[in-house]
Amino acid sequence: MIRAIAWREWRALFLSPLAFVILGVAQIILARLFLGHVNLFLMIQGRLATLPNAPGLTSLVAAPLLGNTGVLLLLITPLATMRLIADERHNRTLTLLYSSPVSLTEIVLGKYLGILGFYAVIILMSLAMPLSLLMGGRLDWGTFACGLLGLVLLASSLAAIGLFMSSLTRHPAVAAMGTFGVVFFLWIVDYAGHGRGEGGAIVGYLSIVNHYEPFLRGLFDTSNVAYYLMLTATCLVFSVRGLEAGRLGTR
Amino acid sequence: MSNAEVLVGTDAVTRFYGPHAAVSDMSFMIRRGEVLGFLGPNGAGKTTTMQMLSGNLAPSAGRVLIAGHDMHTAPERAKAHLGYLPEHPPLYREFTVDEYLDYAAALRRIPRRARRAARERAKARCGLGDAGGRLTANLSKGFQQRVGLAQAIIHEPDVVILDEPTVGLDPIQIREVRTLIRELGRDRAVILSTHILPEVQASCDRVQIIHKGRLVLNEGIEALMARVQSQVLVAAFRKTPDAQAIGKLPLVRSVTIADDGRLRIFHEPGADPTDAIVRLALERDWGLREINPEHSTLESIFVELTGEPSEAA
Repeated sequence: MIRAIAWREWRALFLSPLAFVILGVAQIILARLFLGHVNLFLMIQGRLATLPNAPGLTSLVAAPLLGNTGVLLLLITPLATMRLIADERHNRTLTLLYSSPVSLTEIVLGKYLGILGFYAVIILMSLAMPLSLLMGGRLDWGTFACGLLGLVLLASSLAAIGLFMSSLTRHPAVAAMGTFGVVFFLWIVDYAGHGRGEGGAIVGYLSIVNHYEPFLRGLFDTSNVAYYLMLTATCLVFSVRGLEAGRLGTR
Repeated sequence: MSNAEVLVGTDAVTRFYGPHAAVSDMSFMIRRGEVLGFLGPNGAGKTTTMQMLSGNLAPSAGRVLIAGHDMHTAPERAKAHLGYLPEHPPLYREFTVDEYLDYAAALRRIPRRARRAARERAKARCGLGDAGGRLTANLSKGFQQRVGLAQAIIHEPDVVILDEPTVGLDPIQIREVRTLIRELGRDRAVILSTHILPEVQASCDRVQIIHKGRLVLNEGIEALMARVQSQVLVAAFRKTPDAQAIGKLPLVRSVTIADDGRLRIFHEPGADPTDAIVRLALERDWGLREINPEHSTLESIFVELTGEPSEAA
């Protein structure tokens, strides 16, 4: 059941031009950034050779690119997730799901897996560039895998936030703006504090970036994994509530 | 018929929108093999009731039972017995008819192997034979309605709920849909909401009239037809007739003079004083021009039942 809903969601995305535009634009931007990272690496490569324990390709090219992909996902998420539930409500197709023998949890999980499938395509395509470095160099697989795990966790929490926002309204644009607001706020909440000062620890903990950066440095910390999993789970539970509220007719 | 299994039951179902009660205290039941017409003017609470029966809207109070399962405590089991065509068919515009029906079949937990057969059967019943490859967005209103209908019956549900199924269809399509409803009603329970009286006459066994969120009438189609049967004759004369003389005729209850000079003659139900009136008109030389039974309409039934004219019957 969840699979059928996820499959429809994924297909519907690719039947609209939006998915292809997002993929194309993301690829062009990442290519430009990748070129920048590679150029920088080539410029300082000579000097690096003289240093002991110098940073390599992974931390100078691959990790920053994963970081860029994260920022890009922040910008893509509102557009990719805005239609998930809001559009069904707007087009009155939600009726089909409501009157089918499917629980609200199954609807939410199906839609969530569908959008994750789309994020998987974005991430897989962005991986092609760092992997192309293998033609002329070597990657630190441990660090790279850790960064990739961080990106996947970040993407899943972003998708969950977008799904929740989409469950609250019947207007995709409202969902998009709400998602953008929440995600951007979580991004910049610790902009100046860096987790210091009174109450800074809490603000620092909320920040979605503070939990992503350690992954990119190759630092696997279960507390960071827990942060993303909690954020994701909370948003999914709230999405079920959002759907329930629709059935109660309060929106 | 009367000892057939009860497939739909509602118990004092009430729905508020803010302080406004869209549906209040509605209790009724439908048995297998029955086609129930839900009749009412626009805004009477028909769609709200349909939405509550189909699990799209939670009632503020009361219970809905589908095939013995409570919609609130066991929604999945209740919905497994349910097919629902809302006022606007819930179509995914980017899907073809086949893709859409396959998805609907999957949602209704039809096993993968049986889906194709179920889809073809539903398409054949709804006259969608060769529309399978077309995008639902490009279909005409009538065909979209048929796809919506196919979606509602693809899993052979015991209860089929149709909200204004013939809106936007041409007369031929309307006849086809009515035939289909009759067919479905043979071994299922069908609920049909409409604001068109002939629709109920054509397809239903039983009628419920809803007005301002309350059931004002719940009876068999024959009983309704008896109500619809004329109890009024309209007569026009060249000369001014003696209304009192007509009023004294046997079987005549009362006579009023309408604004256009016509006489409205109320008589006992089932009786027909036409002959007596014609004879009297000849004797007195009033110059009878016309005399007709006045067919009562949904409008007049509403007036009779509620004592006030409906806004949009």
